[in-house]
Formats: sequence, C-alpha cells, structure tokens
Amino acid sequence: MVLVLALGDLHIPHRAADLPPKFKSMLVPGKIQHIICTGNLCIKEVHDYLKSLCPDMHITRGEYDEDARYPETKTLTIGQFKLGLCHGHQVVPWGDLDSLAMLQRQLDVDILVTGHTHQFKAYKHEGGVVINPGSATGAYSSITYDVNPSFVLMDIDALRVVVYVYELIDGEVKVDKIDFKKTSTSHSAH
Amino acid sequence: MMSDGGIEDEEKWLAEGIAGLQHNAFYMHRALDSNNLRDALKYSAQMLSELRTSRLSPHKYYELYMRAFDELRKLEMFFKEETKRGCSVIDLYELVQHAGNILPRLYLLCTVGSVYIRSKEAPAKDVLKDLVEMCRGIQHPVRGLFLRSYLSQVSRDKLPDIGSEYEGDADTVMDAVEFVLQNFTEMNKLWVRMQHQGPVREKEKREKERSELRDLVGKNLHVLSQIEGVDLDLYRDTVLPRVLEQVVNCKDEIAQYYLMDCIIQVFPDEYHLQTLETLLGACPQLQPIVDIKTVLSQLMDRLSNYAASSAEVLPEFLQVEAFAKLSNAIGKVIEAQVDMPAFGSIGLYVSLLTFTLRVHPDRLDYVDQVLGACVKKLSGKAKLEDSKGTKQIVALLSAPLEKYNDIGIALKLSNYPRVMDHLDSATNKVMAVVIIQSIMKNNTCISTADKVEALFELIKGLIKDLDGAPADELDEEDFKEEQNSVARLIHMLHNDDPEEMLKIICIVRKHILSGGPKRLAFTVPPLIFSALKLVRRLQGQDGDLDGEEMSATPKKIFQLLHQTIEALLSVPAPELALRLYLQCAEAANDCDIEPVAYEFFTQAFILYEEEVADSKAQVTAIHLIIGTLQRMNVFGVENRDTLTHKATGYSAKLLKKPDQCRAVYACSHLFWVDDQDGIKDGERVLLCLKRALRIANAAQQMANVTRGSNGPVTLFVEILNKYLYFFEKGNAQVTTAAIQGLVELITTEMQSDAKTQDPSADAFFSSTLRYIQFQKQKGGAMGEKYEPIKV
Repeated sequence: MVLVLALGDLHIPHRAADLPPKFKSMLVPGKIQHIICTGNLCIKEVHDYLKSLCPDMHITRGEYDEDARYPETKTLTIGQFKLGLCHGHQVVPWGDLDSLAMLQRQLDVDILVTGHTHQFKAYKHEGGVVINPGSATGAYSSITYDVNPSFVLMDIDALRVVVYVYELIDGEVKVDKIDFKKTSTSHSAH
Repeated sequence: MMSDGGIEDEEKWLAEGIAGLQHNAFYMHRALDSNNLRDALKYSAQMLSELRTSRLSPHKYYELYMRAFDELRKLEMFFKEETKRGCSVIDLYELVQHAGNILPRLYLLCTVGSVYIRSKEAPAKDVLKDLVEMCRGIQHPVRGLFLRSYLSQVSRDKLPDIGSEYEGDADTVMDAVEFVLQNFTEMNKLWVRMQHQGPVREKEKREKERSELRDLVGKNLHVLSQIEGVDLDLYRDTVLPRVLEQVVNCKDEIAQYYLMDCIIQVFPDEYHLQTLETLLGACPQLQPIVDIKTVLSQLMDRLSNYAASSAEVLPEFLQVEAFAKLSNAIGKVIEAQVDMPAFGSIGLYVSLLTFTLRVHPDRLDYVDQVLGACVKKLSGKAKLEDSKGTKQIVALLSAPLEKYNDIGIALKLSNYPRVMDHLDSATNKVMAVVIIQSIMKNNTCISTADKVEALFELIKGLIKDLDGAPADELDEEDFKEEQNSVARLIHMLHNDDPEEMLKIICIVRKHILSGGPKRLAFTVPPLIFSALKLVRRLQGQDGDLDGEEMSATPKKIFQLLHQTIEALLSVPAPELALRLYLQCAEAANDCDIEPVAYEFFTQAFILYEEEVADSKAQVTAIHLIIGTLQRMNVFGVENRDTLTHKATGYSAKLLKKPDQCRAVYACSHLFWVDDQDGIKDGERVLLCLKRALRIANAAQQMANVTRGSNGPVTLFVEILNKYLYFFEKGNAQVTTAAIQGLVELITTEMQSDAKTQDPSADAFFSSTLRYIQFQKQKGGAMGEKYEPIKV
C-alpha cells in the first residue's frame, strides 16, 4: 500500500496567503510516500514546505512557477500503475477531457494528473483515470468560479487505487472516495 | 604588610590559623571530655583568638570561621550539659566574660547566650538586646561582620516571635524585629565600611571580596521575612521604613542595589503592592549609579507574575493604582539618571508594558501611554544603533501582539508606529515581518481602509526604501522572503462591502507602487488577483448602472488593473504582465465588456511581440494566449478575427518547428468551440491541422538533413489525435479518408525508422490505434462513425 498526495495550483502568494490551516494539520510528515504536484506553487517556500512532508516529490511546471527547472510533463511508475503529470495550461481547450485523454495516450499512462482549472475532477476513461486535484488553496481562477480548496490522496495497492478527495466546504473538510481497478488488459509499457 | 601578601602568603597564614585553631580545639575537646570547665573556657578562648587575624581575605577568613563555628557547636552542647548538671547559666554567662580578648569573649558570650535563652531563665529579648549591644565592641569590618553573623545564626530560632516558645510580653514581635533590625543595621555599616580598609589601589579587588559577603547582610532581611508576627501593618509601619532608611543612608551603590533587590525577593508580593509608594519613593534617593532599572524591572516582573497568579488579586492592583505609581516612578528614575543607556530605559518600559498587559489588559490607553513615554524618551535622538536597545524595542512592540493576538489592537495604538520609527531599517523590517506573521498566525482579516492605511504605515520598511536607509547590501533570499510575506499579507485585507474593498485596493496600490521596480513583481500579482476577486463579486449585479454614485464598478476596477499591470513594465516583467493581462481579459469577458477585453488582449500581444524574447517563454505565452482566446465569447466577428489571426500567425513563427506545429494545431480550437453556437468553422479547423502537418513534414525534413534520421514521428501522432478529436465532434471537413491516410503515413514512417525508433512515439501510436479500436467496438453512433477506418 502506497500513499500518494496529489495537489497543485496553490498560487502562493499570488492568489492565496497559505494553505488552509485544516489542510496543514492533516498533512503531516511521514505518512505520505510520494507527492505529485501539478505546479503553480509558486515559490520556494511552498516547495520547501511540501518537501518537508515527503522528500519524494514530483512537480511539473505551472505558468506562474518561479522555478524554471520543473519539467512540462513527467511520468513515474508506482506499484503497478504508470502515472503522468502535467500542469495543463498547454492542453487547449483547458480542462477538456478529450484533449486530456490525448495527453494520456501520449504519455501512455494509467493515471493522468493535471491541474490549471482549479476544479476537482476524476474520470474513468478508456481503462485509465484522469484526475484534477483542484487548487489546494482554493485559489481564484478565471476558469472556475467559487473554488473550494481541495487535494487528492491516492492509495495505491497492487491493481487497485482508491482516490480520496479532500475538499474544504464552508470550513469543513469533506472526504469523497473513488475506487478504480486496473483491468488485466493493461496497456502499460511494462 | 597587612593584606598585601601574595596568595601563597595567605595560604600560609590560613594554614597557620587552622593549625592554631586545631591545636587549641584538641585541648578544648580533652577538657570537655573531662568536664573541666575552666580548661574548656581557656582553650576555646585561645582557639577563637585565631579569628583575631587581619591578614586573611574575607574568603579565607570565612574558611577559618567555619571551622571555629563547628567547634563552637560542640562547646554549646557542653554548656547545655553543664546547665543540666546544675551549673547556673547566669554564672556561665558571667564566667565567659573573663576571657582576656574581646573577640573570643563575645563569641563565647553569644554561645552561652544561646543556651541562656533556651533555658528561659531570662526573657529572650533581654539576652538578645545585651548581645547585640555588646557586639558593638568589634568595629573591624570583617571580624565584626562574622561575629554578628554568628549571633544571627545562633539566635534565629530563638526570637521572641508570636507563637514561638520564646514569645514574651505584649511587644514581643517588636522586640524580635528590633533585634534583627539592629543587627542588620550594624552589619550593613560594617559591610559598607569594608571598602575603606586598605590601600586605594586594591579597591577593585576589595569590592569584589565585599560583594562575596553580601549574603551575610542579606540573611537578616530573610530572617525578618520569616518572623511570623511581621504582618502587613508592621511591615509597612516599621520594617520597610527602617530597612529603607538604612539602605538610603548608607550611600553605597553596592549595598543599595543588593539590598533593594533583596527586599523585593524576600518579602511577599502583596506587601510590595501595599507599600509601593514607600518602596518606589526610595528609588530616586539612591546613588545615581545604582542599577535601579534592574531593580524596578524585577519588581514589576514579580508583580506581573503575582497578577497572573490569580484573578482575585487584580482588584488590589486597581485599588492601590499600581500602574500610575510604577509609571510615575519610572519617569522619575529616567529623569534622574540622565546617563542611563537607551536599552536601560526601554527595558523599564518593557517591564511596565508587561505589567500593564497582565494587570490591565483592557486598558489600551495605558498600553499606548507606555509606548508614548518610550517615544518621548527616544525622541530627539537618532535611530537606535545599539543592538541591546533595538532588541528591547522589538520586545516592547511584540508584547501587545503576543498578548492580544490581534493586529487590530496595535493599529489602534497611536504611538505604536512612532516607536517603530526609532528602529534602524534592518530591525524595522524584522518587526514588520513579525507583525505580518502575527496576522497570518491568527488569520486576522484587516477589513477597513483606515486600518489598512495604518498597517502599511507600520510595515513601510518592507514596502519601500526608507530615506536614509543604507543602499541595501541585502541578501536576495531574505529580500524575496520579505516581499513574499507582503504578498501573502495582501490576501488578508478584505471587506465584503465592494466600496470599502475598492478603497482598500486603492490604498494598497498606492503603497506598493511606491516600492520601486524590484518589489513590484512580488506585490503586483496579489493586488491584481484581489481586485479580480472584487470584479467577480460585482459581475452581473453591475449591469451598467449609469449612476455616478457607484464607484466600485468593474469598468473602474479594470482601469485600475490596467494601470497597475503597466507598472510591471518598469521591472521589467513582461511574462508576468502578459499573464495578468490575459487574466483581466477573461474577467472582462465574463463581465461582457468587449472593448476592455480587447484592450487587455491587445496589451498582451504587444508584450508578446516586443518583450518576450526567450523562445521557451514564447511557447508558454502563446499557449496561454490561445487557451484564453479559446474561452472568450465576448468578441464580435471582426475583433475575434483580428485576434485569432494574430495568434495563429505568432504560432507559426515560433523558433522551433515542433513548437510551431503544436501551437498551430492548438489554434484549431479557436475555430471550433464546443459549447457555443456560431463558432464551428470546420474549414479553418482543417486549415490549421493541415498547416500543422506541413510544419511536421518540414520538421522531419530538417531532421533528415541535420541528423540523418527521421524526425519527430510523434508530431504526426499528435496531429492524428487532433483529427480524431474533430472527427468525433462532427467536423465534416475531417474525413475518414484523411484519418486513414495519416494512420498509414505514420505506420510507414515507424517501419522505415525502425533503427532510431522512439519508444514513446511508438507507445503513443499504439495507444492511439487502441483508442480507435475501442471507439470502433463501442457500437452506436460513434462505432458507426469509426467503422470505415481500418487499423
């Protein structure tokens, strides 16, 4: 069993002062094995904070990130799953599922994680999953109105992944759960 | 050659003294064992004669004294036994007075006196009075001090205190107090006089030695505090005035500082509270070099803790007007001690403020008064340079923040910013960061324009270069951190009322624009987004009200936004400005204000053309432009055409072919917007895709020429996917034949390129084919649509 924290679009300090305190108290070091971050952190302090939660961190570049070294896309394998990561501003139309599906085919991944729209989404799609963890700070977005802060925890166990979505609604953390099983006709490169 | 000898000599003298003492003690023990009173007295007197020496330093003398002390305990036991055996204690008391030398005589007298009191054959007060008077016979400071210390030691459990077995008649407590006070007074006099014994050049050493003996004197105050019968009345009317009288009159700074501290430490807090006036009244009468600030600070700290100990004691503080008295006393001390260093006086205010916050948390006027007094003290002086003083000011300013956890309180204190003005620029910044952190930690929302103005006044050290501040050799990381904290702060400034919020935005704007180019890149974005949030709140409810009375309208805010982003050009930060213009364009789109949206777009394009030079930055910028433009629905045909034309034009002009290709096929979405009527221009979509294909071909040929290998097949696969996309969306221009052709083209390319195969392109193509298969098998309309395509 592996816990993966997926989050992005914090936009600190451009659009938000900090992560919600409730999230901060939930996110403690030592519980998470990997962090995947879609980008737009945007500053080193936030990078360092995430790193303090878990040193194994994978980040792609958002259009506001000060660190120019983050790659545009990234793939990694966790257990039986191949994961793809991309901020998403490169994929026009923004947030469009069919266009994201093309990126998923291009990266050849089971799970594609993207951001940019600030809206939590999780689709099962052609035997794969497309996830947008939303904005961890609930940052303003030109695309999505009334953004609630949200992030995603993925519990990856063999051929099964359980996606937990944590959303802060009116000061309360709501948790949702989405179950996903990889079919035996896996098309992963391995 | 009195105390002039070296350390070796002193060691020798001490050894001789100890030897003499032990020699006589040996014979004394033998006399005690054989109950020979006469010999016992003889040898004990000889033993005690060793204490008559003047050659030892106080430290060594103490060592000798302790040995004698131990022997005297044994002698006292013997005397006690003697009285039990029938010897009259009165006779003994007489007998010991026959000793030839005065010092041994008085030690013996004290020893017998102790037994005398215990026997209760005479009232304790009479014996004590006799002893304390007789000790006057020794005026040598060190010898006298130790003798009286001995008296104090043997008598402390035999005072005629209330409830004690030695309790006497009506005035018994008074007798006990009188005895201790008298011994204290005499000891202090001897102690003070010590400084004059010996040559002037050794004064410093002597003063150090003298300090080591202070507890002998202080012990008396401790004894006083232990007397049961000393209640508040007695303390206020007798004990404190008498002690203070001695303290003031001795005119010695070491004694005064030590004894004031001693008083504060040994007597109970409630006594201090009830005698504040007397105690504080003594302060200005002390020698000018006495470290009175430490004394006062200690008093205030004790009272603060006392106040914190229980809510029940707080009314006492109010009743005695403790704040006014302390404040007054501090003022007088600072006035009297002109040479007191700045950190000293500020330290006093820190203590007073701590006291105020604990005792009168509801009295902001007191808090402000303390700060005001501090400002007054600092005014007329240059900025504080010494680090101790600076630290004290930071402590002074931090105390209210820590107490109230609400910056709103600090903003109400008129003297708060005035104190900050006295900090050097580095510390001023540190304090500003502390203020911001306090706001963050407590999640404090600053909700009015006035408060925002006051807040920016407080943190101005971070907002702009202050006059006279050294041209910063500031660490870049530190600067970034500071400016980012300002950026975070901007999100804490909020009001639900749009008019007030607009005022807040204008104030923030005014301040951050004064920060100069190096700060703008940090501070402009949060302001822009704060304003965009306001626009979104107004959006819809505005509906172009003609009324001039409404100032918070999207139009007005857009104007402000425009001018604010423009300021970024001085940084220069064209990429950031471009992103912000696009954000504004989309917001204007949502407000349905076409000219404004068009203007923002135009600005974004101008920046793109003129300022964004880096090819990688261009790629990101063009995708942001295309992505934003794709979402815009406010534009009429003409404006839209102009903008899409530009976007596709710039896409095709990117530096690298693959980037061109991707940007161009992304532009296809500008002509086909799914959820919107009107824009479904299949022909122009196809034109984009074909153009992308041509670029992919060119890219491949270029790769052939330069590297002798086939180029990026993956571009073709990407374009194939775009074909499929529009095919599914029902664009009649995208035909199965075209798709079939592309599939075959890619298959051929892949085979011919077997040696330099790109595994990721291969996988991409496989998954694309699998997708086509998947769609074919889906059945229904989609399956039917895909049916003709062979893979």
